[in-house]
Amino acid sequence: MVNDVADQTAALNQPTGLPRLLPLVPGVPEDLRTHLARYGRPPLGDPGRLINAVEQAGLTGRGGAAFPVYRKLAIVARARGRKVIVANGAESEPASGKDGLLLRAAPNLVLDGLQLAAEAIGAGEAYLYLHPGVSPEILRALSQRAAAGLDRVSVTITEAPPRFLAGQESALVNRLGGGPAVPTFTPPRVTEAGLRGAPTLVQNVETLAHVALIARYGPRWFRALGTADEPGTMLTTVHTEHGAQIIEAEIGVPLRTLISQDTDVQAVLIGGFHGAWLPAAALGTLALSNSALNSHQAALGAGVIAALPADRCGLAEAARVVRYLAAESAGQCGPCLNGLPRMAAALAELAGRGHRKQTRADLERWAGLVTGRGACNHPDGTVRFVRSTLTVFAAEIGLHARGHCSATDRTPFLPLPDRMPLTEDDWT
Amino acid sequence: MRDTLRVNPIACTGHGVCAELLPELISLDEWGFPLVDPGPVPPALDLEARRAVAACPALALKLTRTDAPRPVRPR
Repeated sequence: MVNDVADQTAALNQPTGLPRLLPLVPGVPEDLRTHLARYGRPPLGDPGRLINAVEQAGLTGRGGAAFPVYRKLAIVARARGRKVIVANGAESEPASGKDGLLLRAAPNLVLDGLQLAAEAIGAGEAYLYLHPGVSPEILRALSQRAAAGLDRVSVTITEAPPRFLAGQESALVNRLGGGPAVPTFTPPRVTEAGLRGAPTLVQNVETLAHVALIARYGPRWFRALGTADEPGTMLTTVHTEHGAQIIEAEIGVPLRTLISQDTDVQAVLIGGFHGAWLPAAALGTLALSNSALNSHQAALGAGVIAALPADRCGLAEAARVVRYLAAESAGQCGPCLNGLPRMAAALAELAGRGHRKQTRADLERWAGLVTGRGACNHPDGTVRFVRSTLTVFAAEIGLHARGHCSATDRTPFLPLPDRMPLTEDDWT
Repeated sequence: MRDTLRVNPIACTGHGVCAELLPELISLDEWGFPLVDPGPVPPALDLEARRAVAACPALALKLTRTDAPRPVRPR
């Protein structure tokens, strides 16, 4: 049950509106002093209350899977013995920048959430998993908090390799254990047997920041923004012809409100490279929510929204992305290792001029063959992206088949690493 | 109780022994990796299924109890 008295007491100092997570003055990171002035101290010392509050708040994971947060908390809380918690900040999607910004702009909120969740599940070990150099601010926050005696569980930082799958839950646990950041076969799930066999709670850093606010202000406050099914706010990374921007948005707002009106959009990529293309018309009708997007075979994922300008070639963009995704296969599962490079080559052919007749059928067949046959969701996510490409850019495929392309600007739009990775590159 | 065949795709190296021993439920894709019937193993094929599991040189083929829920994978 929600503690109503505490909920009402907190109501006196509850912040309203946006932003909840990001600094009130954009671009000015908060240090511990300004953080405490804005939010107060994290309410540690009442571990029984948090999981219920998170359940009633309806918070879902912000790392991409939108899994109910309280369920993972409750599973690990119920387990006995040594337990581990990990704040996952290894944002590995090239098109997403929201976790990196959060870690720089509001590191204390993430660390509050980590401590609160650690206390709620009874974890004695806490880790922060990050790409190197992403947030000097988090190191400063950790030392300021140590000096202030704020944290009960000490936090170990582990660096993630620059790989697309580095943040996948089982890959993360492998890396923390000293191995390469490659996925493992489930079961067991990491909540049952994770780091060195201990039940392990892995939560995205933005998820933990929301936990830190729910612990302070209660579920009713959390639900004041968002929809009934998908409450709260989320960080999005929005790409348009004007560049990339991180926006903290209320879930359920029209997608159109995230993209400036003066952009001429051809199609929208929702949910990143494991996400789906939607036609530009979707911008006018759909909301920023999984319930709206799921009926269009799309999902919010980690909040990447890329509005492809009208003068670019969607096929060329998709071909570059799938070539990257194929290179980012861990190479462990036969169907992914064999299928993704072939799909990438086929898509490159469709993006060229005058493809062979069977190429499209090959691509469809390989998409079917790799689906559901990986240890992780890399093949399935890649297939989602490829299938939506074939649907949304069907007319463009026809144009290319006849030797034409509608694009007038060949500058790459979707962000990818400068150097294409190799499957056999280092994963540690 | 009925069992279901499952492949650990990381362990599987595509020997193809399983498809040879149990063609009724397992075929190979164009790269030599097994495509396994997702349904419960019919009682008439129970023995063959156990033989295929035992014969897998990579220990990648497993029989799992059908009443156990399929694992979900939060990313």
